[in-house]
Amino acid sequence: MAHSYTPGLKVLQKTLFRKERILPLKGKVLVKKGDNLSPDTVVASTNLPGNVQMLKVNNILNIEPRDVVDCLIIKEGDSVKKGDMIAETAGIFGMFKSSVESPVDGTIESISESTGRVIVREAPIPVEVDAYVSGIVDEVIEKEGIILKSDAAFIQGIFGIAGEKRGELVLVSNSSSDELTSDQITQDMEGKILIGGSFLSLDAYKKAMSCNVAAIVVGGFNYYDLKAVLGYDLGVAITGTEKLPTALIVTEGYGSIPMSDATFDLLKNNHGNQASVNGATQIRAGVIRPEIVIPINSDSDSEDSLSKEPEGIQEGSTVRVIRSPNFGKIGTVSSLPSELNKMESETMVRVAEISIDGKNTLIPRANLEMVELQ
Amino acid sequence: MSKKIKSILATDCGSTTTKAILIEWKDDRYRLTFRGEAPTTVEAPFEDVTKGVLNAVMEVEELSGRTILNGDQIITPDNGEKGVDIYVSTSSAGGGLQMMVAGVVKSMSGESAERAALGAGSIVMDVLASNDGRLPHEKITRIRQLRPDMILLSGGTDGGTTTHVMELAEILAAANPRPRLGQNYKLPVIYAGNNKAQDSIQSTLGEISDLDIVDNIRPVLERENLEPSRDKIHDLFMEHVMAQAPGYKKLMSWTDAPIMPTPGAVGSLIEMIAKKEGISVVGVDIGGATTDIFSVFEEKFNRTVSANLGMSYSICNVLAESGLDNVLRWVPFDIDRSELTNRIGNKMIRPTTVPQSLEELVIEQAIAREALRLSFIQHKAFATSLKGVQSERTISDAFEQSSSGQSLVNMMDLDLLVGSGGVLSHAPRRQQSARMLIDAFMPEGITQLAVDSIFMMPQLGVLANIDKKELKDDASQAALEVFDNDCLIRLGTCVTPVGKVKPKSKMAQVSLTFKDGSTKEIEVLEGSLEMLEVPYEEVKVNIVPSRGVDVGAGKGEPLDSVIFGGVVGLIFDGRNRPITLSTDPSQRIESLLNWSNAVDEYPKGDLF
Repeated sequence: MAHSYTPGLKVLQKTLFRKERILPLKGKVLVKKGDNLSPDTVVASTNLPGNVQMLKVNNILNIEPRDVVDCLIIKEGDSVKKGDMIAETAGIFGMFKSSVESPVDGTIESISESTGRVIVREAPIPVEVDAYVSGIVDEVIEKEGIILKSDAAFIQGIFGIAGEKRGELVLVSNSSSDELTSDQITQDMEGKILIGGSFLSLDAYKKAMSCNVAAIVVGGFNYYDLKAVLGYDLGVAITGTEKLPTALIVTEGYGSIPMSDATFDLLKNNHGNQASVNGATQIRAGVIRPEIVIPINSDSDSEDSLSKEPEGIQEGSTVRVIRSPNFGKIGTVSSLPSELNKMESETMVRVAEISIDGKNTLIPRANLEMVELQ
Repeated sequence: MSKKIKSILATDCGSTTTKAILIEWKDDRYRLTFRGEAPTTVEAPFEDVTKGVLNAVMEVEELSGRTILNGDQIITPDNGEKGVDIYVSTSSAGGGLQMMVAGVVKSMSGESAERAALGAGSIVMDVLASNDGRLPHEKITRIRQLRPDMILLSGGTDGGTTTHVMELAEILAAANPRPRLGQNYKLPVIYAGNNKAQDSIQSTLGEISDLDIVDNIRPVLERENLEPSRDKIHDLFMEHVMAQAPGYKKLMSWTDAPIMPTPGAVGSLIEMIAKKEGISVVGVDIGGATTDIFSVFEEKFNRTVSANLGMSYSICNVLAESGLDNVLRWVPFDIDRSELTNRIGNKMIRPTTVPQSLEELVIEQAIAREALRLSFIQHKAFATSLKGVQSERTISDAFEQSSSGQSLVNMMDLDLLVGSGGVLSHAPRRQQSARMLIDAFMPEGITQLAVDSIFMMPQLGVLANIDKKELKDDASQAALEVFDNDCLIRLGTCVTPVGKVKPKSKMAQVSLTFKDGSTKEIEVLEGSLEMLEVPYEEVKVNIVPSRGVDVGAGKGEPLDSVIFGGVVGLIFDGRNRPITLSTDPSQRIESLLNWSNAVDEYPKGDLF
């Protein structure tokens, strides 16, 4: 049987979800293997080096950089409080002295003879990493963090903005083809993850942010509305660090596109359940897609289908068309002819014959995405 | 003639597609016999570039009926029925290079450092300078936030004061920056400043970073010396950034020669053509994430990489940088603006898709024109001055840094324009490639056009660079023969008179004498575009430009030359320079349709 490699996004009702939770710098791991975790459990912590203040001591004292050392009252490594004297000139007969005080609490990090600057480092900034998803500690990575595992439903979006959020899933749109409108978003949705259908307008997104909604999962969003949200043109799809109250996860693409039934139904069936989402996207080497993780209680072991390689499309596979025309439509592969075919654009490509709504049509294999169903 | 190498498998792992070609020794010469391609597999769940390589090779196997793979292994050597003698590869997977540069004075060493970094193909995330108006702690916070792949630090002339550059070094040290990828290595820092400060720099940054010291980028105020920094950036890019691409180490273990970065391989091939034929060349490789431009003018080779101008991953950046109106001006039909931006956005998030409808193709080629145009503007700004990358200036020039000297790029001197990369090489009609090249690069006078037929310049470039003694001769012979016979498709010649004349008036009278002795007269009118089908053969040409119009011999001066046809033929471009489109939509669309029809660019139908 003919066979073709086509990447697709995951829509899994039940899988073994594993996630690394790692510190940006080495630090302390606060949990041990087998511990139960809730999304808010702090699993590891460390201290980032504090901010630094650079004091141009030579300028303030009006002396040469090389003479700074002679005027210093402190040495490298000393702790100082705000207002403590750091350096003082001898003055003239003990009079007319000039001095420099520390502008902050901190430690003297370095004294430069070449530039005459003294660097005061403020107190370290604590950083904590939480579990993000409820589950159990599967592996401890010494001084760095953990790998957690959880039985969960798992959905990948195509594009998202803003980082990790969590909350209760709330079905707002009644069907996968309905637009999620601003009048459907209310104050009591604060902290919730809203499930929409085909489209979210800029107005609706703004309303959600004003209501402090945690996240919205929706089929489509307008590309040009991103500028109004982000404040800049999104040139390359690298996101996740945006400081937005509401994360956005788009499952299908830009424009108004009904959410795939598999995704919509899975979300709908989990209405009222707790979920964790991450809008971070990176469409470059080492791709990162946005994700929705819904931990589930399960007596049976879940299969680790996340790390399984996709089988590729075959006759009978369910696929989604990912480029115009027929963009967003779901169909079944009827055949995979091996010869090249000429498209309307006159492009010669390898195609798949797809049955969409009972009608067969030829579509470039590159414009198909596997819909992975469980 | 017996050959050590009878078959060669070569791949190029682009950021979007992995391409494999099979070259075989047949009938006493090397020929390209089969090719295959597959999506590059840096994405999860594969996260291994070699899977895409195997998929592309499997396609070659399927088409050729030859067994090349044994499971996940390439069979070597060729036993007559199975396997290949050598395997080589290029790679541009791994995404872009993101750098931060620092200089003492923003408009001087800061700008020089930026030029070096941009010229080396990086995205410059920020330029730090002593006089950039930010407080030290603001600079430190910025460095920490950005997490660049690499930092280039410059400042001070050789032997001059070290204070300011040391202040910058101290800021870097205090920030203690981490690299973007991976926690397990130190951030590469290149110091290219005052040589007197080298020891102090070593003691300040040596511990916390992977420090490399190169010659000063600005040894004296009037001279720039970018090459040592650019070269070092390229080396570190290979060592650090490329090596982070998933599966790259495995791929290295398969090949018979070091993997070359794609632009490096294409560049070496372009240089080879210019040298061999003694001509000025511009080559372009437009990829998914980046666009590389190579030029050889006055025997000086220059290369720039526009790191965020490409046709898939970076397609929205083309839109952001050029503006929607500039893209739309090339589209000869009305389209809803939000619909268009959504389509372009969807290409960015699903980068491996291909245009199925004619409308999609036209839009993609409109974007390509803008990506090429913007990349070429960057190239012209960097390929400057008398001595390659070095720039001599007077003291008064040194204070005004808007551009460093004269650009070496002179479109009237350009002999050959070569395009490669998916959108140019895979365009369904060669006329489309010719139009994209002409509209974006705007050649002047007489310019021959060519495309890399199936985008194999990278593979041939790496083949021509094989160093192994026993393989070197056969490999470079194979590269040259395949290049001549199978790679470069000569599109034809573009004749463009340039000068001020009234609209629709005569710009030049062209007399052509063909190989069979027949002749033809062509009148080039302002605003027109005409094509004459002539195969790749010599055509004698006499061009008499109108008063004030130049076609290569000077204003109003006639020119006799020999030009070549090609698969498209001879194109007479009376659209003057720069090409300007009417602001009136109906007039613009009418002009676009006329030009398209004149060269038979698109199939006739509802749109054309």
